[in-house]
Amino acid sequence: MTTTTPPATIGTQDTNKRSTRAARVRGRLNSRIATVAAIVIAVVWTIPTFGLFVSSFRPEEQIKTTGWWNFFSDPQFTLENYQDVLFGQNASSGQLAGYFINSFVITVPSVLFPIAFASLAAYALAWMNFRGRDWVYIGIFALQIVPLQMALVPLLSFFSRGVSLGGVTLMPAWNLDGAQNFAQVWFAHTCFALPFAVFLLHNFMSQLPRDLMEAARVDGASHPKIFRTIVLPLVAPALAALGIFQFLWVWNDLLVALIFAGGSDVTAPLTVRLAELAGTRGNEWQRLTAGAFVSIVVPLIVFLSLQRYFVRGLLAGSVKG
Amino acid sequence: MNFDFADQSPKLMMLLWGLVAFAVVVGGLLVLLDAVPAFFARRREAQLVAASASGAPLPRRTKPREGLFALFFLLPTVLLLLIGLVVPAIRTILLSFMDGSSQNWVGLDNYRWMFAEDAIERVLLNTLFWVIMVPLAATTMGLLYAVLVDKARLEVVAKSLIFMPMAISFVGAAIIWRFVYAYRGEDQDQIGLLNQIVVSLGGEPRQWLLDSPLNTLLLIVIMVWIQAGFAMVVLSAAIKAIPADIVEAARLDGVTPWQMFWQITLPSIRPALIVVVVTISIATLKVFDIVRTTTNGNYDTSVIANEMYNQAFRYGQNGQGSALAVFLFVLVIPIVIFQIRNLRQQRRES
Repeated sequence: MTTTTPPATIGTQDTNKRSTRAARVRGRLNSRIATVAAIVIAVVWTIPTFGLFVSSFRPEEQIKTTGWWNFFSDPQFTLENYQDVLFGQNASSGQLAGYFINSFVITVPSVLFPIAFASLAAYALAWMNFRGRDWVYIGIFALQIVPLQMALVPLLSFFSRGVSLGGVTLMPAWNLDGAQNFAQVWFAHTCFALPFAVFLLHNFMSQLPRDLMEAARVDGASHPKIFRTIVLPLVAPALAALGIFQFLWVWNDLLVALIFAGGSDVTAPLTVRLAELAGTRGNEWQRLTAGAFVSIVVPLIVFLSLQRYFVRGLLAGSVKG
Repeated sequence: MNFDFADQSPKLMMLLWGLVAFAVVVGGLLVLLDAVPAFFARRREAQLVAASASGAPLPRRTKPREGLFALFFLLPTVLLLLIGLVVPAIRTILLSFMDGSSQNWVGLDNYRWMFAEDAIERVLLNTLFWVIMVPLAATTMGLLYAVLVDKARLEVVAKSLIFMPMAISFVGAAIIWRFVYAYRGEDQDQIGLLNQIVVSLGGEPRQWLLDSPLNTLLLIVIMVWIQAGFAMVVLSAAIKAIPADIVEAARLDGVTPWQMFWQITLPSIRPALIVVVVTISIATLKVFDIVRTTTNGNYDTSVIANEMYNQAFRYGQNGQGSALAVFLFVLVIPIVIFQIRNLRQQRRES
């Protein structure tokens, strides 16, 4: 590359000008093709969501008989689909309002617990000296690759039968009923989130300046104090990133919820109900379109308003187990 | 309006309990961690006072008890990982050698079943197809778009559009795309975009999700749609991290954009490219929600994760479900080894 420097840069004033003009024209043409291609991709990526969104505001018989693109020639707007899918009395209508609350109740503790536990663990692994530290870290890191399918069957039986080893009960059966089942879901989500959470926070924490830590130690600050007053504020962006990840993961999860929350309207989240509606009432598009948007809107708001943190977190540790 | 808040109150009570538990556990842990060093400081002070009073030599400062502290910091995480992940994973491996009710040992029967049954063979082939297609297509798409919008006007907005599907649940995405693939009879207006396009080009509408193997490909499109945004963001950051002087030097050398891409951009972002492909491959191996919501695994579209759920939680075949889970795990391992080897190689080069 360096040996084949073209003479353009050292040519006479005249040829120089001409070649840059040609280059500029070519550049503009290239950038125009690039722009068109980018717009095409962006449109293809956006249109499916847009179509669903438009449809959710059309009257039922219109959705079922004409394409959503007819909305622009024959606009008819209604909020009835949302009313029906959220609060409808009919058992088949969705009744998503209750499931929405379930999603919320599942998500909040499932985000808080792993962040708290993982930040404690990540601090110890990054800044405390003890024997076997590297091995513990490698162990937690490696757990990221264990698919959660590996844990589902036994974990469910732990909850229903407890854990006992050689006749000694290590954990009694949980025997939950009704709304108490939420605890099971929180527990499962917390366990499954920890390897990635520790990994991500360790990445951030180990990059803090060593001088800062040593200065604090010399001043006589204890580890808990350093953790609370120095480290936590400094890694706040990482905590935010992890919070968004975990929020999206839990809110959007179907598998863990199906197994640990069950299908009842007391504990099942939106995703479970939507999957059920899609299965049994796959052509009730007025409900599916509105229902899908009810489930999408919260993560979309969180995501769009906190995108900066999300991207930063993504770049710091892009392996989710 | 038919919404009874009284029905919801037990749930909200439960949430309150959850938050109280959080405050007690985490707060308690922090208080404990504060109390322990204070206790040791006081004891040492007392020792010093006692020593100076009796004229004995001052006791040597004991080593800071980092190990003890670390134990407290790590305890919740390690305990939860053991109960929630390590022990269950080991049990799953054991269960995979037992029968459906987890009572009797059956040796390798479950694995033999996996490779003998035609239906399961189809499942394995589908999974293979997914794992090849999704990383390839999503990474290509993400890279192409990242290059196209790099330094363009409105770059942030343009990226958000592609990135947005990442925020949408797989279930939501599956419904969005089922609507695109929707079918109505030939003499009726189409409501699905894909059939509308086919019809307006003079073709006949089809029931897209019923025809194997095309239906698997159409489900793969959904996953690509979601994952391309992830690839785009990571690769775009890698492109921006290429040192400006290299790009400038190449430009002075008069390379075309095409050469620039193949000779400068691509080699520079190789590490990021590998991370993206590996991450998407692992996510694809475990794909479950999309298949379940669109076809429920019917019409020859099932994949390992879906079959594992069916065997273990619908048919009560714990042994066969566990064998599928173990197989999934085994499939992840070579991908991870590949990545670790790559990381080592990079470190040696730099």
